[in-house]
Order: sequence, then structure tokens, then C-alpha cells
Amino acid sequence: MLSTTLSRRVFLKSSGGVIVGTLAFATGPIALIAPTRSWAMSLDTLDSHQGEMLLAVARQIFPHSDLEDAVYAYVVKDLDRMASEDDAVHALLSDGVASLDDQADGDWLALDDDARMAVLEPMAESDFFEQIRANAVVSLYDNDLAFAHFGYQGEEGDAGYLRNGFNDLTWLPDPPQPEGGYLPGEDT
Amino acid sequence: MAMTDNQATFDHDDESVVVIIGSGAGGGTLANELAQQGIDVVVLEAGAIHTRGDFVADEWAAFSQLSWLDGRTTSGSFRLARDFPNLPAWIVKSVGGTTVHWAGASLRIQPHEFEALSHYGEVADANLQDWPLSYDDLAPYYDNAEKRMGVTRTHGNKGLPGNNNFKVMYAGAQKLGYSCNTGHMAINTVSGNGRAACQQRGFCFQGCSTGAKWSTLYTELPAAIETGHMELRPESQVARIEHDDSGKVTAVVYFDADGNEQRQQARIVAVAGNSIETPRLLLNSESAMFPDGLANGSGQVGRNYMRHMTGSVYATFDEPVHMYRGTTMAGIIADESGHDPARGFVGGYEMETLSLGLPFMAAFLDPGAWGHKFTNALDQYDHMAGMWLVGEDMPRETNRITLSETKDSHGLPVANVHYDDHPNDVAMREHAYRQGSNLYKAVGAHDVYEVPPYPSTHNLGTCRMSEKAEEGVCNSYGQSHEIPNLFISDGSQFTTSAAENPTLTIVSLAIRQAEHIGELMKEGTV
Repeated sequence: MLSTTLSRRVFLKSSGGVIVGTLAFATGPIALIAPTRSWAMSLDTLDSHQGEMLLAVARQIFPHSDLEDAVYAYVVKDLDRMASEDDAVHALLSDGVASLDDQADGDWLALDDDARMAVLEPMAESDFFEQIRANAVVSLYDNDLAFAHFGYQGEEGDAGYLRNGFNDLTWLPDPPQPEGGYLPGEDT
Repeated sequence: MAMTDNQATFDHDDESVVVIIGSGAGGGTLANELAQQGIDVVVLEAGAIHTRGDFVADEWAAFSQLSWLDGRTTSGSFRLARDFPNLPAWIVKSVGGTTVHWAGASLRIQPHEFEALSHYGEVADANLQDWPLSYDDLAPYYDNAEKRMGVTRTHGNKGLPGNNNFKVMYAGAQKLGYSCNTGHMAINTVSGNGRAACQQRGFCFQGCSTGAKWSTLYTELPAAIETGHMELRPESQVARIEHDDSGKVTAVVYFDADGNEQRQQARIVAVAGNSIETPRLLLNSESAMFPDGLANGSGQVGRNYMRHMTGSVYATFDEPVHMYRGTTMAGIIADESGHDPARGFVGGYEMETLSLGLPFMAAFLDPGAWGHKFTNALDQYDHMAGMWLVGEDMPRETNRITLSETKDSHGLPVANVHYDDHPNDVAMREHAYRQGSNLYKAVGAHDVYEVPPYPSTHNLGTCRMSEKAEEGVCNSYGQSHEIPNLFISDGSQFTTSAAENPTLTIVSLAIRQAEHIGELMKEGTV
């Protein structure tokens, strides 16, 4: 029995879960660049329930009503990486998830949005909350899907916007010269 | 081929060389100016070489690549001590120093700002002084610097074309009766000075891959190497400066890329490690003869740390802006930069366009924040315009760089940065926030966000120049009052901060200093 338990524990430790989803919006910038509507993200250390919980927590902390879960999944991926590298982070996240469930009759995910926040908000000063917030404020907004959603062109800018929209704003009058400057080929 | 492949090399026991610590605006310019005179120079740069081809159009990746991330600690009441306790400054550890990262704004300090004490009068709990040089003293060197850097709207250089963010600022300026243009930028509108024309990439802070923006990395440093009188040693972390029994400095001890301790003899040492590392080095170089650190007989080394009054205003609109497209800071309003105490503070501030990409907007909009107010701002990211507010902050003896209990990887104490906002700084920031907000509201802004200071890019004053030896660290040439062959060559020299972005002044002072060092060497006085 002992060896069976051990091997099961090793199995659990070495093979994480997976979070899956389907894009909520069939059209829009993310649908345009996503290869398929359904998505899955595998985890190295966190289990599937922990992954789903952390995704939902990230959504509570940084609520964007029309942002796909697929983007929040990057937060879970980043937390999973941290948990893989640092046992203390793994324990912090595991305990925090368990605590949320404990305060919700065993199933925090069964609560509606307001009820989820009612459980989460008192934890806002906790290390658990801060770990997720600090990771999410980076990972949620630093990926191509987020760029597409929020309208930031990221690496596209590398080629330069000189001939591609750097001054395409038309809802205000164009400033006069010389104040507004000159294009490279333009004479003064 | 690396830029250092065919450079001159000098022996470690060569006592005739000038050793410059740092390769940014001050150190890089000084190196070239000395090398052009035929003076042999060794530049020790803590960072590695990253060339234009290495730069990445990715905010976090570039931050990791270029920033000075070695430990620092903070104290004081300024908000950065809470938001970024180990990152008080956002400056560069790479060949070229912070000229790799800077936005390019190149403004002259105004004549009255060189006479801050005379002009403003005593300010309680501030350590104001007049500079020991006047605007007229520096004016010819400003001319020289503007020409070599290709500053727009000077010496016949055309202004950069305004981007979308500029259009919003300009429209608001009209409503408020301000004048506004695309600024004095060391960024080429057309190719020139061996540099390309700006392609409006919007990644000024991440390193300019076209070289349109002036940086010592691809101007002063290669020009110096070309003379055969300069050796650049990247990844050389200086630990201390040594001196002889007469009190003159003689050598610089540093750790090379492999972590091995090296000692370079020197005839003259010029320190240009920025206003945090420069005093740290002088303090870490304490000895029996100089128990409080080098050049610190006045006790002023590390004091009067200034970081400018800063803040940002971002505003959202019905229609899209895409502020991140194009030159980051090519837009300026200088109407508030004068001295008008009727506003409730002394000194003034500039309003300059600024944009951040989505990743940095999330990081810096309101550090530590979460919830709907925060996400509502980012939901409008592509409809957002932004400006930076930068003004004169008060020098205070208690705002200072000291040695921390924390040690770096070589066992040396890191710098602690202590800063308390002066009431004048607070009053100026409130005024600037209000004017920035009014400007955007006048163009129909939906939401306006007053954003707190970022980790400091302008670090000034910690080895200030002064007329009297007991009131500062160096004279108007950056020569330390206490040790004649030890020079300060960066923004540490600033007696007061003035309102303007400091790089042009740092470069101008370095050109003037190089001329002076050349004369002193000819005379044989150093």
C-alpha cells in the first residue's frame, strides 16, 4: 500500500492538470487570431480544479467582462510555472484555493460573481491574493491575445508606424506647421 | 563583429590613462571628447554590449535586457518606496547607459534656473543654491551638444511629425491657451549625423533599433574607438577607487565579466555611474585618509538627491487614439515651466507627451490596484492619450543616497535611496495634475487618470557642483573640491534639478569638462 500511495503521490506531483474552454465570442479580435474556438492549457504542477479556481480568481481581481477566459488562462500558466519552481508558492496557492472552497461549502466556483467576491475580498491583503494579483498584472496584459483584445499592436510596431497610422487620428484637426512638424520628405 | 574588436587596448598598470566609469550621456561623451584630443581613455561599463540589432519591441523583455536590476533599497515617504521598493530608478545597465532608454527630449535649462536660490529665495527645508556657472557659460556647449545630437527645432533641424498622441495634446493646448509643438528631440526627422530617420516605432524606451535617436552606444563610443585612444571594457563593475598618500586617486578596482578583481591604474578618474551609483562608489571607496568616502569632506556626497517632480495624466476619449504609435515624447508644452510663485510653488514644470504599451500601462497605471476602476481604464487603452509631467524638485540634504545593509553579489553595500516629497513638490504635482486633466477635459475626455511617479529616470544632484567647497562636492567643471584628479561627469553634478529633462545638460557639461581636463593635462596640473 505504501508504495502505491507513494507512486500515486509522485504521479500527482509530476503531472498537473489541464484547463479547457471555448471562446465566448465567435467574432472579435481574439476569434480572428485563434486557430480554433476551443482551447486547452496544460499545467505542470497545479491540478485542474486549482487551475479553474485560479482563473476565476484572476477574473475577479481584474474583471474585464468581455475578455475571453483563454486570456486569463495565461495567468494560470504563469502561476503554474511559479508553483513548479517554488514549493512555497505551490503551497500558498493550494492552501488559498482550499480556503476559498472551505468558505463556500466546498465549492467556491458554484457561487455567483458577487458571492465569489464576498469570499475573496476579505483576503485582499493576504499573500495568496497578492501572489495572484502581482503575477496577473503582468501575465494577463503581456500576450498576443490581450494585445488583440485591448487594441495594442505590440511587435507590429517594430517596422514603424511612419507609413502605417502613427498620425491617422482624424477626429481632431491636424495641428499646423511648424508646430506639428514635418514628415521626412516634407519641405519646410 | 563587436564594436570593441579592433579597439586600442591599454595595460592595467598604465598610469597615464583617464579612467571613466560609465558610458552613458556623461561618460560616453567625455570619453569621445578626450579621445578626440588624443588623450588615452579606458571606459569601464558595468553593463554588457547590446547593439541596435539586439533591441526588442517588447516592453518586459527589453526591461529585462537593459535595466539596472541589481539590488537597491528605498526609504522615505515617496510612493515609489511602497510601489517599487527595490526599483527606485528605471535606468540602464548596458553599454550606452541610459542614453539607450531615454526618450530623446533635449531641453536647455533656463537662465533663471541656474540661479535658483537668488531667483526663488530661501525655501524652508530645501537646500537651494545657485549653480557655480551661468547659462551663458554653458550656452556654447549647448550649441555643440545640440548639433552633434541633431536636436529638432535647433540649428535648422525640422521638428518631428506629430503622432496621434500629439494631436490630442495640441488640441487641448489650444483650448487652454498654451503653445505646443513636437519638441526639441535628439531624434532625426530626416537622416543625418550618420543616423537614420525616425520610423515612428514607438519603442524609444526599449532601445532605438534604427538609431534615429541619439545614444552614445552608436555615436560617441564608436567615434572614440575610431581614434585609437579609447578602450571600452563592458561588464566591468567598479568596486572602489584607490588613492595615494598625497590624496590623489591612482587606480580603479573592478570586477570583470568573469567576476575576477582587476585594478586599472589611472592619471585621472571620472565617475559617471548616474546619481545613484556615483555616490555609492565614492562612499564605498572610504579609506583611513577619507573615512567618509572620497571627495566627501563637505559631507555632501549622496545628499540633495533629486528625481524631478513627476507624474502622468492619461485620459480616455470616444474616438480611438492609439497613443503608442510613434515617437514616445515628441510633444511639449512649456508654458508652465517658468517661475511664478502665484501658483503656490517655486520653479516650474514641462508637460510632454508620453505613452506606454499595454504591458507597462498595466504595471504603472496604479501600482497595487485591482478591480473595476483599474480594468475600466485598460478597457479603453486604445482610446487613451497621455502626458508626462516633469518639473523642478527641491534639493534636500535629507534626500540622499547612503550605503545599505544589503550587499551585492560582490559583497559591496548597495545604495539606499531615501526621498521625501517636499511640500513644494507636492503643490507642483497637484497643479500639474490639474492642468493636465483640464487639458484633456477640454478635448472631451471621458475618464482622466492621475498616475503616480514611475521609478526615476532622472536621478540628479548627489555630488552637486558648488562655488564653495564646503557646500558641495565639485566645482563647475565637475572637478572634485577635495581631490584634483577626481571628476564627476554625470547628472550627480546638478546643483538644482531645473524643470528640464537633464540629458542635454549632462552632455553639454561633459563637453565643457573634457575641454577643461585637456587644458589641465597640458598644464600638468593633474
